[in-house]
Amino acid sequence: MPSPRYWREVPSRFRLEAARCHACDKVSFPARRICPACRGTEFEKIKLTREGRVVTSTVLYVAPNEFAMETPYAVAIVETPEGARLMAQLVDCEPADVKPGLSVALEFRLIRQEGHGGILCYGHKAVPAGV
Amino acid sequence: MRDVAIVGVGMTRFGELWETSLRDLFVQAASEALHSARADHLDAVFIGNMSAGQFVGQEHLGPLLVDHLGMAGVAAGRVESACASGGLALRTAFVEVASGMSDLVMAAGVEKMTDSIDVTEVLATASDQELEAYHGITFPGLYAMIARAHMEKHGTTEEDLSWVSVKNHRHGALNPKAQFPAEVTLEDVMRSSMVADPLRLLHCSPVSDGAAAVLLCPLDQAKKYTDRPVRIRASGLATGSMALADRKDIAFLDSVQLSAQRAYKMAGLTPADMHLAEVHDCFAIAEICCIEALGLVACGKGNAAARTGETALGGRIPVNTSGGLKSKGHPVGATGIAQAIELCEQLRGEAGARQVKGARIGLAQNMGGSGASSVVHIFEGI
Repeated sequence: MPSPRYWREVPSRFRLEAARCHACDKVSFPARRICPACRGTEFEKIKLTREGRVVTSTVLYVAPNEFAMETPYAVAIVETPEGARLMAQLVDCEPADVKPGLSVALEFRLIRQEGHGGILCYGHKAVPAGV
Repeated sequence: MRDVAIVGVGMTRFGELWETSLRDLFVQAASEALHSARADHLDAVFIGNMSAGQFVGQEHLGPLLVDHLGMAGVAAGRVESACASGGLALRTAFVEVASGMSDLVMAAGVEKMTDSIDVTEVLATASDQELEAYHGITFPGLYAMIARAHMEKHGTTEEDLSWVSVKNHRHGALNPKAQFPAEVTLEDVMRSSMVADPLRLLHCSPVSDGAAAVLLCPLDQAKKYTDRPVRIRASGLATGSMALADRKDIAFLDSVQLSAQRAYKMAGLTPADMHLAEVHDCFAIAEICCIEALGLVACGKGNAAARTGETALGGRIPVNTSGGLKSKGHPVGATGIAQAIELCEQLRGEAGARQVKGARIGLAQNMGGSGASSVVHIFEGI
């Protein structure tokens, strides 16, 4: 991934910035220019709470090359209290213990290294709440 | 709009075709389609292909492939909608003929996947790069999340998933073009290695090479090319949320339902009118979700259909008589066209041991990504 592209995505990846639509209250993560629910274009910038619950998940045994050393690992869709949903790896627990409804905290972590230069790419991973 | 018919078909065997290049795959299928219709010209060619640029480093397929067909000069281009590229090529050709723009048009699909060392990564480009692939998810992983959501909501089990594979391999064993024309047992499936929990290797379609092509012309000109035209009654195309996380119900494929509703409306038909269906079973859970969204079974009831034999050959609504993507193979850009060819063979009564008795009307459903795009075509034998 070229570095400008990485830099451009910092607000959502580093700060969990989302947008709440003025017209219909729908929260989009990351922020969008047009609301997918009502096509409104006026938003309030908000930060997502760093917690949520698992909606669905899987455990990967066959991974892309960059993640091959990490298998098996869990990936989940997490819903935050604002109603935003995001995909994240679920770590610091047995992958098999990840089930729908599990309460999690979102923590800032290294996600991957990319390209020949090995750019360090950060973002959020989920961990079981209270661990 | 003019009525449109398919008057010629051709396809390669699907599989690991080490000796055949992308261009040769296309030429083989396209030549067979032309030959089957005794056609010596084309007005246009639309080629469904997901990612030749990444799989074999080749873009600009339109001119390359018609040149190799010995037809440089013919209007041609590639269309893309990930794994639904073939279905989109068929729709594009259908519209070209229906509109009166052209009279004899080829819809083809081709994918050369086994030359690539990064197939999983290339396929993952059909997911949302920034929100999904970034976190190390794969396509088996996305469909595994759909499977778990379906299990949670509808009580679907690993055994239900496995019956889909058993059924489709039973069908595919009768298809000489299939990549894996062999039956598998329930135990084979349930003991195969885990790929993305709960999806095991034998719940997943394979990596394949292959090409397929069909010829379309106005229905009132069809007799020039064949005694057995197959009419395309309808074409429905729809999109849905790209990222799985953005869908209200992760266990339901909105785009599939929408594309089907559009097709049923255009044809003036209902799901109950279908005698058979080819659906996009890239993973076992996908067939379960697709037959629900297509209205072939009630929502939440797709899990039992393969086990009870409802969707097997001889059942109420046979699904994937070709073996589906699972057994026949899934060269992604070619899949949508290969589905149309299975429908043609069935509706012409030429499917041999796979024949659905009395089949006159059927549908093909082809989708892209984790269901962000879907194309449905309804066919009628004449």
